[in-house]
Amino acid sequence: MKNGSLKHLKVVGKPLRKVDASAKVTGQTKFADDIVLPRMLYCKILRSHVPHARIRKIDTSKAESMPGVVAVITGKSLPIPYGILPVSQDEHALCVSKVRMIGDPVAAVAALDEDSAFDAMNVIEVEYEPLPVVSSLQEALKTPDSTRAALDHSNQDGPIDTGTDKEAWRVHSYGDHGNVHKMVALEFGDVEAGFKQADLIREDVFFYEGSTHLPMEQHAAVAQVDGDGKLCLWSSTQTPHYVHRALAKVLEMPASRIRVIATPNGGGFGGKSDPFPHEIVVCKLALVTGRPVKVTLTREEVFYCHRGRHPVLMWVKTGTKKDGAITAMHFRSFLDGGAYGSYGVASTYYTGALQTVTYKIPNYKFEGVRVFTNKPPCGPKRGHGTPQPRYALEIQLDKIAEQLGLDPVAIRKDHLVEPYSLTANYLRVGSMGLAACIDKVIAASDFKNKFRNLPDGKGIGLACASYLSGAGLPIYWNHMPHSGVQLRLDRQGGVCVMCGSIDIGQGSDSILAYLVAEVLGIDPLDIRVLTADTDLTPVDLGSYSSRVTLMTGHAALQAAERARDLLAEAVSEKMNIPVANLSFAGGRLFDAENPEASISFAEAVQIAEARFGTIGTVGSYTPPASAGKFKGAGVGPSPAYSYDAAVAEVDVDPRTGIVRVERIWIAHDIGRAINPALTLGQVEGSVYMGLGEALMEEMAYRNNRNVVHKFPSLLEYKSPTTLEMCDVKTFLVEDPDPNGPYGAKEVGQGPLLPVPPAIANAVYDAVGVRIDEVPITPDKVLSAIQARDRIQREKAPAAAGVKTGITRGIEEPHRYGPKLVPEVEWPEPVRVKPPWEGGTGKEIQREAVHARE
Amino acid sequence: MKMKKRSKTRKQKTHIAFFLNGEPCEVAFAPQKTLLEVLREDLNLTGTKHGCELGECGTCTVLLDGKPVLSCLVLGLDVEGREVATVEGMQLQDGQLHPLQATFADLGAAQCGYCTPGFLLTAKELLEKNPKPTREEIALALSGNLCRCTGYIKIYEAVELAASRMRGEEAEVPDEVVYGLKS
Repeated sequence: MKNGSLKHLKVVGKPLRKVDASAKVTGQTKFADDIVLPRMLYCKILRSHVPHARIRKIDTSKAESMPGVVAVITGKSLPIPYGILPVSQDEHALCVSKVRMIGDPVAAVAALDEDSAFDAMNVIEVEYEPLPVVSSLQEALKTPDSTRAALDHSNQDGPIDTGTDKEAWRVHSYGDHGNVHKMVALEFGDVEAGFKQADLIREDVFFYEGSTHLPMEQHAAVAQVDGDGKLCLWSSTQTPHYVHRALAKVLEMPASRIRVIATPNGGGFGGKSDPFPHEIVVCKLALVTGRPVKVTLTREEVFYCHRGRHPVLMWVKTGTKKDGAITAMHFRSFLDGGAYGSYGVASTYYTGALQTVTYKIPNYKFEGVRVFTNKPPCGPKRGHGTPQPRYALEIQLDKIAEQLGLDPVAIRKDHLVEPYSLTANYLRVGSMGLAACIDKVIAASDFKNKFRNLPDGKGIGLACASYLSGAGLPIYWNHMPHSGVQLRLDRQGGVCVMCGSIDIGQGSDSILAYLVAEVLGIDPLDIRVLTADTDLTPVDLGSYSSRVTLMTGHAALQAAERARDLLAEAVSEKMNIPVANLSFAGGRLFDAENPEASISFAEAVQIAEARFGTIGTVGSYTPPASAGKFKGAGVGPSPAYSYDAAVAEVDVDPRTGIVRVERIWIAHDIGRAINPALTLGQVEGSVYMGLGEALMEEMAYRNNRNVVHKFPSLLEYKSPTTLEMCDVKTFLVEDPDPNGPYGAKEVGQGPLLPVPPAIANAVYDAVGVRIDEVPITPDKVLSAIQARDRIQREKAPAAAGVKTGITRGIEEPHRYGPKLVPEVEWPEPVRVKPPWEGGTGKEIQREAVHARE
Repeated sequence: MKMKKRSKTRKQKTHIAFFLNGEPCEVAFAPQKTLLEVLREDLNLTGTKHGCELGECGTCTVLLDGKPVLSCLVLGLDVEGREVATVEGMQLQDGQLHPLQATFADLGAAQCGYCTPGFLLTAKELLEKNPKPTREEIALALSGNLCRCTGYIKIYEAVELAASRMRGEEAEVPDEVVYGLKS
């Protein structure tokens, strides 16, 4: 009974206090920067002030002679490259031969105090040989030495004149070609055949601006060489296991002599998921000085670490029948990846992966390209690569519904993916509560009466989404479990849960305690949770991809059920109670048929320890094998998919273009809420972050080369305060998924996805203009309104009613958004037959393809 | 990043006396240090956090003579003889959590918990001068504190619940707040 009986649940489903809540409200939680060790040194990192240059020479002599300075290191001391993905080992802790962005680390100082380190950092002399700067997607695509020609029609000045040193234009010397990091092309079914069956074909272009995580805690790390010569790193990281691997590689030390302890994260959102230079640098400085070393990044440095939302330009061509049924979709995404690979290859695939899990798409083609530019690297931010395409998809669906004279609710509800089905790209959908989600928000918001009926300036909009409950595959290829839990039962009745997962505020420590408490019938607060310590806890891959509740949950359940079985066996022998009758509840074991016959949990542990010896169990979890077997099938599969529907009600001032979101109704299919209060918190936090991306947040760059961050500060980088945050009305839809612990699915990321498109659709309902890019700022709304009014003055609005044929959205007057996408010579797609055409998930042999053509 | 600061490695420390969480306190520190640095580095009270050290985020909020201030913008020297309150001093005499701490914990108003001390102290001052604030008054009072986790909703609900309990009302947690809407 993997998920246990759902009746009589004592812990699961209850809004209990988090196990670490008291520490957090009393200021006792120890974050990385709160750690102070005797004789600790302070580290400062000198960062490049030029965007792209070769390092001619670095002179550290002045810095070394400064008062209080103990050590200065440069890239020479850390020559080995690393990176989160095995295919993108393109970073150095300190740049060795060249810098690729403003903020790239070039040297580091360890001194007695922070100010001395700062002063010494500022007298390090670096001689740079400037290289050509690549600042935009278009420039990067035009970078020559390409094996394929790439020409950007939106900018007719032709390819860049690179002179003789063509290599100088490349940010990296690896990748597909020029400054193209990665190109992917996949086709499931036959989109051309699908378009032939369509009554309406729409082509639209969208742009989703990049944004950053902005965790309130600045990254910090402390390293120390222990008495036994082993290295220990405390760091604010979401992925201690991957940091552990990177340290062993770069420092050329056996992993067995390195201990990584992830401290509670003061917010992560994906921004602390890569191994970072500062983590490696303090380890190296601790090794060379023999003293503890701490680094705490300034807020400006946090902006340079970035790894945030990729800016993505998107072209989407969708064919539908008159009833809105999609016959084919062709999606192209163009990602500006910044200066390093990071998770970028995965991000690229993610911009094309989850289009298929909400509405039926029988034929689907995806082409994506990620480029390198001289800007801070993009990576995974809450929703990793999926909010951008979801914005495009949900707005285009709204346009299609209007054009076909269909209700935006019906066009979605009538064509939902079947529960427990395989999509065209071989994603295995399990429980699917989207219909219920739509019903809840439509009813609660009175959508049907308000839609197109609100006074001018007021509008309402709907959007839906879906997200993974954990990536189906690990970052590095292996056959081991994704999550492990170790349980130790103390003869006094104490229970200790050990797991490599790290709590970044989402409550993962509490989830471990809740599930173990449920199985063993004890109070979660009687459980000690010990997490994220590579010396003491079994590996969990990390707090990313919304994987933790599902994966550590299963591992914890397995360990707890094994412990329960040991106790049950020993106690049933001792007390002559059939194992089947033994019940665990209220901190006691008793005979279900004769409750008087009972003993305390502690006594049960003692009986079991006398019978079997020390009581410890382990549990682990490996996701089911993915159905797709083609190249690229690794990104998108998940044990379960969460679903969301959101309705936004907005107020747009047509004179200023200012958009105020008044309220958002959102329903989230959580499968089962292990703790509903924490689930609501994740939904509300996701709505907040989606609101910020929709209305104000952007990573913007200035100067003639457009690579200097415009506002690397919490004041100038606009994020919603209490004054911008909208009211949120949340419904939890519980459609338990057989792959989730007690049926639970993810909540940390999915609820962000429908928010930006719901707001954009509401803005159109309010003032009749389409803003096909985020952030939806007043200037964009205003210029669209002016364009709309010009047209209306010039000619009467086109006759309403059903319009079929081919529509190019970019030609529509009432629209603000990108006009074109660059022309790219895409690679031959990997072709896969969908399941309903007898496909096996394997790529169709090329010969067969050519035979068909 | 290029801004110069003078080295203070051999500077003489300054010495002040003030009241910290109601208790007399003396401390010696480098004179250019901010109250934030004095609290965290010289008094080891790391409950007070920082998000920018530029007065932008409200994370380092403490109460100075009962009023919320950004401790990253106050010089340690400025608190001579004055009353400073930090999150470490919020618990009641009997060790129980302050009503705000209890409701923040129970409703999940503290997710990562990093901005929480600043929010708690700002809210504490609000409830002292306005025991029955409206949702709008709470939002306005907390508008200088940034939180990236909660979307502020659970924080409002925690402040409202604490306020009613501090007014002596038998306030229960509304189902909607911990289970969501039913229809």
